[in-house]
Amino acid sequence: MTQAPAKSWTELKAQTPRKNSIPEGLWLRCPGCGQMIYRKQMEANLHVCPECQHHYRIGAVERVRQMADPGSFEPMFTGLSPTDPLAFRDLKSYADRLLAEQIKTGQVDAVVAGTAFVKGRAAMLCVLDLSFMMGSMGSVVGEAVTRSIETATERNLPLVIVSGSGGARMQEAGLSLMQMAKTSAALARLDDAGGLFISVLTDPTTGGVTASFAMLGDVIFAEPKALIGFAGPRVIQQTIRQELPEGFQRAEYLLQSGMVDRVVPRAELRSEIARVIDYSGR
Amino acid sequence: MASYYQLEFEKPVVEIEQRIAELEQKARRAGAPPAEAPAYPGIETPEAEPLPDPAAIAVEIERLREQREAELARVYSSLSPRDTVLVARHPKRPQTRDYVELMCKDFCELHGDRRFGDDPAMVVGFARIGSTKVLVVGHYKGRTTKERIACHFGCAHPEGYRKALAKMKLAEKFGLPIVTFVDTPGAYPGIGAEQRGQAEAIAVNLREMSRLKTPIVSIVIGEGGSGGALGIAVADRVAMLEHAWYSVISPEGCAAILWKQANDQTNQLAAQALKLTARDNLELGIIDAIVPEPPGGAHRDPQRAAANIERWITDQLHELRSVNPSTLPARRYERFRKLGSYTEVPVG
Ligand SMILES: [Zn+2]
Repeated sequence: MTQAPAKSWTELKAQTPRKNSIPEGLWLRCPGCGQMIYRKQMEANLHVCPECQHHYRIGAVERVRQMADPGSFEPMFTGLSPTDPLAFRDLKSYADRLLAEQIKTGQVDAVVAGTAFVKGRAAMLCVLDLSFMMGSMGSVVGEAVTRSIETATERNLPLVIVSGSGGARMQEAGLSLMQMAKTSAALARLDDAGGLFISVLTDPTTGGVTASFAMLGDVIFAEPKALIGFAGPRVIQQTIRQELPEGFQRAEYLLQSGMVDRVVPRAELRSEIARVIDYSGR
Repeated sequence: MASYYQLEFEKPVVEIEQRIAELEQKARRAGAPPAEAPAYPGIETPEAEPLPDPAAIAVEIERLREQREAELARVYSSLSPRDTVLVARHPKRPQTRDYVELMCKDFCELHGDRRFGDDPAMVVGFARIGSTKVLVVGHYKGRTTKERIACHFGCAHPEGYRKALAKMKLAEKFGLPIVTFVDTPGAYPGIGAEQRGQAEAIAVNLREMSRLKTPIVSIVIGEGGSGGALGIAVADRVAMLEHAWYSVISPEGCAAILWKQANDQTNQLAAQALKLTARDNLELGIIDAIVPEPPGGAHRDPQRAAANIERWITDQLHELRSVNPSTLPARRYERFRKLGSYTEVPVG
């Protein structure tokens, strides 16, 4: 049942150089404004285009680096590894896919979690990683998210989950679907205990992740222009056979529809989180 | 006999049915009532062809009927996952409203989410099953073309999920157990649905159902498509009808994404890979029971299907009645908490 590359996240991270989703090269053309921008400058700017504020997608390791006070992050649940419970095979076997993704990203699955300080406030931090199978939620992601919620509940810590995900992981089929129920039920218990959950939605957050814990934040932040929805735009277009409105399913559109509390630029995320933690009295 | 919506794998059965029909006609021509009934030999008919022996025809019809039963049982005991999906979607397959009519008394339908509208793709109301008062919640696809379009073929909107939750909270307040019938290809993917928070509506149902202090039993009666299905299926006991399917995505959706195209072949592969049958789901621990269907599927004998479902529901409600309602959320949490498959190495 297992195919167990029993390496911890930290071990693998040490072995493999970190990769981000941006093509290599000193300069790159910004998809937001079309200008040539200097990569180092963009990276130093939290992976945001200095010209047009286009928010580049970032992996979980970079996200943690940006969010947590330096040196404060204590990783947890790093012993969790995915299995291939259904012996799933599409054009490629899930087992092979997992291994390829693990080598590519240096991570065991699409989630990084641990305790950290955010501007001096202790918090439970859990980050989905888009670079690993589109941040999809299978058993490991579901388990790590659930444990993060449980830890926040037990230790009375504010919970911050940063989502970026294509949704439930098809290769674990029904078991992935059940992670939606599991994580949401854990949030009911956090809520019963009076805990605080800040959900941060990044580009893109769709499917089963949106339809479970990601939309259940007491406070929901979204990064500018992030695509957020239940169904993907292509599926919607195929179903209704008409043009989608301008800006449809973007963070600003969700703000207007009343679905998120604030659209928060990456540079302000830490201070906004700290502010809500303070107001919550946690 | 049924000439509608023929399923490829039912061909042998349909052939037998045609032969039965032919023989019955012959028997009528012979002036005898078809099958089983006593034959009246020696009755004159105006036809030129030699008189068939009605008694012999009756025997042959009886033989074919038995053959048909055996063939149905054989075909339906070994459906491929793809065939299962086709049976689960059969246009004549009984739906939530059918089961309500067949097994409930005094159905008191409740409409509207008090926010936006009333979604016909979600049916909700008080009812009695046997002597037990319950709240029934179920997806509804519609029977007529007009109804199907209004119901978006069983794809509920946020207002459907919100209606369901609002009434489920009412059930909790009244101390009524909740029975849900899952039958949806998935929640509706559209502009209005997104605008009104489809994801949020489902997510809230998952969270709130997990902490309702009243028994919840769910059964997937047809299609259990993804979050749209789960949105009314966070229950103490979950079952599937024998030929229903339940998974994270439809085979077509899965094929389109992972095989880059949905066609007969990839749909079949995806259906296989998704482990969507009742037996698969039972093995994975996702459901607790499989409710058998009559031979040839629920659409051939809705009454019997309803009776089987009713028996299962009644048994579950009976068991759950002995549980203190305030402890149900913790038990329900444990039920879902343990689902998933991973390995863990100690980290020190
Ligand atoms: Zn730019």
